[in-house]
Amino acid sequence: MSILVYTENWDGKFKKFSFELVSYAASIAKQTGSTVTALSIGNVTDSELQKLSNYGTNKVLKITDDRFNSLDNKAMSKAIVAAAKAEGAKMIILAHNNLGKALAPRVAVRLQAGLETGVVALPVSFDPFIVKKKVFTGKAFAEVKINANIKVITLAQNSFEPVELRHSETIEAFNPQMADSDFTTTVKETNKVTGKVLLTDAEIVVSGGRGMKSGDNWGGLEEMADLLSAGMACSRPVSDEGWRSHTEHVGQTGKIIAPNLYMAFGISGAIQHLGGVSSSKVIVAVNKDKEAPIFEVADYGIVGDVFMVIPQMIEAIKEMKS
Amino acid sequence: MKILVLISNVPDTTTKIRFKSDNTAFDDAGVQWIINPWDELALTRAVELKETGGVSLITVANVGNASTEPTLRKALAVGADDAIRIDVEARDAFEVATQLASVAKDYDLIMAGIEASDYNGSAVGGMLAELLDIASVSSVSGINIENGQLLFNREIDGGSQVLSVTTPVVAIVQKGIAKEPRIPAMRGIMMARKKELKVTAPVSAEDRTSFVRFELPPKKAACKMVAEDNAKELVRLLHEEAKVL
Ligand SMILES: Cc1cc2nc3c(=O)[nH]c(=O)nc-3n(C[C@H](O)[C@H](O)[C@H](O)COP(=O)(O)OP(=O)(O)OC[C@H]3O[C@@H](n4cnc5c(N)ncnc54)[C@H](O)[C@@H]3O)c2cc1C
Repeated sequence: MSILVYTENWDGKFKKFSFELVSYAASIAKQTGSTVTALSIGNVTDSELQKLSNYGTNKVLKITDDRFNSLDNKAMSKAIVAAAKAEGAKMIILAHNNLGKALAPRVAVRLQAGLETGVVALPVSFDPFIVKKKVFTGKAFAEVKINANIKVITLAQNSFEPVELRHSETIEAFNPQMADSDFTTTVKETNKVTGKVLLTDAEIVVSGGRGMKSGDNWGGLEEMADLLSAGMACSRPVSDEGWRSHTEHVGQTGKIIAPNLYMAFGISGAIQHLGGVSSSKVIVAVNKDKEAPIFEVADYGIVGDVFMVIPQMIEAIKEMKS
Repeated sequence: MKILVLISNVPDTTTKIRFKSDNTAFDDAGVQWIINPWDELALTRAVELKETGGVSLITVANVGNASTEPTLRKALAVGADDAIRIDVEARDAFEVATQLASVAKDYDLIMAGIEASDYNGSAVGGMLAELLDIASVSSVSGINIENGQLLFNREIDGGSQVLSVTTPVVAIVQKGIAKEPRIPAMRGIMMARKKELKVTAPVSAEDRTSFVRFELPPKKAACKMVAEDNAKELVRLLHEEAKVL
């Protein structure tokens, strides 16, 4: 049996999340006596592809057809299905991120597989096949049984620590049969912000809520984020007011993140906000209201005024760094 | 252009989550049900598009038993023209997508939310597209119609794109698709009573997953408090104790 992992690349590079996926697959392969094949679509150098072997791939299939650059859901899922069939894969693992969520359901239907998304740990058991995931936007966990022979799962970010495990790896070009009509997307315009830490990648996130009072008061948080190479986030009212860009909104209706450290300044901790951040390893809250619900989930807290605390923290961080 | 908006009936987002029957089922006693927040935003955008012209019909569809009808009535009050309820319990994404595929064939644009706020599956929209063998576009934060053509804004890591996609298409929408969900006005509520809510029989569909058990997250240890004038101590704790700085 083999396990197929779709390893997305970002401008030709892999990220920690890619290695989490491969490592997760390798761990299952070890328990089930299987091998791990990674599928890469896009222009990735062989030396970058080799990095996957450090985490346990036995084989990499690479597709370099430029038509896939439009990230077309129909075509990409067809290619993943072709690879799964070529490898006889009984399990297909994707990332629980934008692209993984777009492709996994299509792949599952085409392979007549059972799908479970947002899986947070190694399977609870293999026979029956049971996995654990979050439900009710982080308010509970569920164990779910997949009743089909082939399983497709998406793995949540930061839920599996990558472990180095060197395998000898072969890299093969893979050319699935694609028709032009499989490519349904035409990209008219792409706008990328460069030079900023991506919120979903950030190990540390600095976040502000309505307690920041106005969009003009963000200088301190930005300075702190710069010092820590942190990502910037905010609560929903902050982006609704236009104080910050909507790309920074975290929570149930925004981005869901799981950094090592999440620092919330002037955020009350509404249940919908927590839905997006409760998986963070360590949560810090600064709020002048000691009854604010954010303190129920925080590990460290200061009851106080953000405008007093932020400058002090910046000083202390500078001292620590020097 | 005809639009189908998929509607999931979910517990209000402030619901305190409890389980019953030895933690094998969600305890819905006393729960308030709402339109899934993403679906509500999708519907809002559909109604906006209809108001600016170019859309002839908005249908909303739900897979569920009779208890979901108030949610569909609300969707009609927000501005959908008619509603379809497929009369079977929603048990699993594949089952739901299979049911929806039986009523989704005549639409140019099908809108689904990125996930339902109960089981967070993120699956129905993509499955439906594959069952219908049509295009899908995900992470959609904007939809416009220009010269009769659909244009989508898609969020990508660190940016966004403008796309066109062959139709029919399933658009899986998220933040940005509409600013605020539309609240039904009195007139809308009155009109909704007269709109058609069609109940159709389910097709045969397979469940591929089933819930085994649920659990609540472990209680967190108490928050360690630091004095307001001692942020330095906070930074020290984060550095030395928690080792995250
Ligand atoms: C369907 C639905 C989905 C939602 N999705 C999201 C979501 O994804 N993300 C999200 O964030 N919200 C979401 N919300 C909104 C959510 O319910 C809250 O309204 C929101 O999170 C509150 O944001 P806040 O904490 O910034 O503001 P507030 O609740 O107003 O809290 C501000 C906090 O700042 C504190 N404060 C004020 N001044 C100071 C000061 N000088 N120093 C220190 N502290 C100060 C106050 O004590 C207060 O606790 C959603 C709501 C609904 C109904």
